[in-house]
Amino acid sequence: MPLYFCKGIIFMKQTELIPHLFRTEYRKIVSVLYKLFGIEYIEIAEDIASDTFLLASELWGLKGMPENPTAWLYTVAKNKTKDYLKHHSIFTQKISKELKYSTETFHETEIDLSTKNINDSQLAMIFAVCHPCNPPEAQIGLALNLLCGFGAGEIANAFLTNKEVIYKRLQRAKEKLRAEKIKIEQPGLSELHERLPAVLLTLYLLFNEGYYSSSQDTSLRKDLCQEAMRLNYLLIENDYTNKPGVNALFSLMCFHSSRFEARINEEGGAILYEDQDTNLWNKEMIEKGEYYLNLASKGDELSKYHLEAAIAYWHTHKEDTEQKWENILQLYNQLLQIDYSPIAALNRTFALAKANGKKDAIAEAEKLNLIDHHLYYTLLGSLYTEVDNEKALEHFQKAMMLTSSNSDKVTIGRNIEKLKDLEGFKNR
Amino acid sequence: MKDFLFVFRDNGMPSNVSPDEMQAMTKRWMDWIGGIAAQNKLGDRGNRLFPSGKVVKPGNIITDGPYSEIKESIGGYSIVKANSLEEATELAKGCPGLTTGGSVEVREIREM
Repeated sequence: MPLYFCKGIIFMKQTELIPHLFRTEYRKIVSVLYKLFGIEYIEIAEDIASDTFLLASELWGLKGMPENPTAWLYTVAKNKTKDYLKHHSIFTQKISKELKYSTETFHETEIDLSTKNINDSQLAMIFAVCHPCNPPEAQIGLALNLLCGFGAGEIANAFLTNKEVIYKRLQRAKEKLRAEKIKIEQPGLSELHERLPAVLLTLYLLFNEGYYSSSQDTSLRKDLCQEAMRLNYLLIENDYTNKPGVNALFSLMCFHSSRFEARINEEGGAILYEDQDTNLWNKEMIEKGEYYLNLASKGDELSKYHLEAAIAYWHTHKEDTEQKWENILQLYNQLLQIDYSPIAALNRTFALAKANGKKDAIAEAEKLNLIDHHLYYTLLGSLYTEVDNEKALEHFQKAMMLTSSNSDKVTIGRNIEKLKDLEGFKNR
Repeated sequence: MKDFLFVFRDNGMPSNVSPDEMQAMTKRWMDWIGGIAAQNKLGDRGNRLFPSGKVVKPGNIITDGPYSEIKESIGGYSIVKANSLEEATELAKGCPGLTTGGSVEVREIREM
């Protein structure tokens, strides 16, 4: 198999190169075309971009690689777009009002695939995709489909559901964007303040989908996290959207992904924080997280991403110090005041045990009453361990009954084993 | 869930509090409010009030501060969510102000 040398892509085989280019270039081409055609005609944009790659895989196989594959793709995409517009005069007339240029000048205008216009188009698409007219899970699906070039099958794998469900969800979400006549443009300054939180929430959920998913497909999960980070970074690169909350979210993602290798075992199961090999923590990512957390601290905004990033920062210190847990506890206290979630309430109680002792934490835990969550009983089990081992066992057993996840069952089982090794349980 | 107002009354801050004690007190307040938030029962953490103020009475008679006549003054307020006055009162029991001679008044908010 011959090796090729091309601009920016060194020694990549052709069989690897096309999928690679598809990943990196498809979404760029398609977002420029989406913005050009408008939300009404996103399928046409997708057809043109897909046809471009289809032609590449046919021609490159026969004739060999062009000298600059990316430039080749851009030229073909531009020509296909122009051809399309020329040969579909009805279409052209219909959409000419919506196009930024009149039909006449449009044929003469170069389709702009400059880095700047690609970035601007992607940014505009982020805002369209994360429009609050669609529910969050639909926004995540749309983001993966329209911004990241993921097919319905891949998205279904990530969401642990079937392809038809995702396909229908995507269709509905696209219909909704059309019905609401959502414009593919960056919102005005006055609107930005209102729209940015929805965008950040979608990116946050997209990242979490990869990070916390129970899917065994580790590389897919990493992909989701990386895509969320890439989109988040687009917002940082643009002065207009480079706000403290954007940096805080990016910092959070950096801290979390620094533990990616350490928290998943070879079978795709979870390794608990306490059991992680710190040598596998990515130092570079931790430093990056600190850098963006500093940037996020400029200004007086304190979002939930700031608090979560600060909590994640303290978790990059493995050794248990009083300062560490006191800080984590206070951050959770603040986080719960602005954004309650059961997981934050449980984690806060865990931090409370570390900072104030188990007695306080047990009293607080009993008040939470999160009786549907296996994690609630896991927490109670570990709080009661060595305080009241009988109760601890009861709680662990309840947790076991409530979870369906195998890796959770293994973890809980290990806790029960540890408990039985303790004094007083030896003869049972 | 209904909303209840907590009105925190205190006897004024004693003058001989060390910074460490002050910090410990702040932590107890933060932990207490955090505990209510962890039960998803915090409506609004509210605010604290400066101790000095004016009181306007009929006939435009203005006096300094509310504490010329009553010993306690209002130090702050929060809003909690609870199903009943009893439940809200239960939440108030952990208030750190109670350990320094303060009190919490619990009142259901009637929407206008």
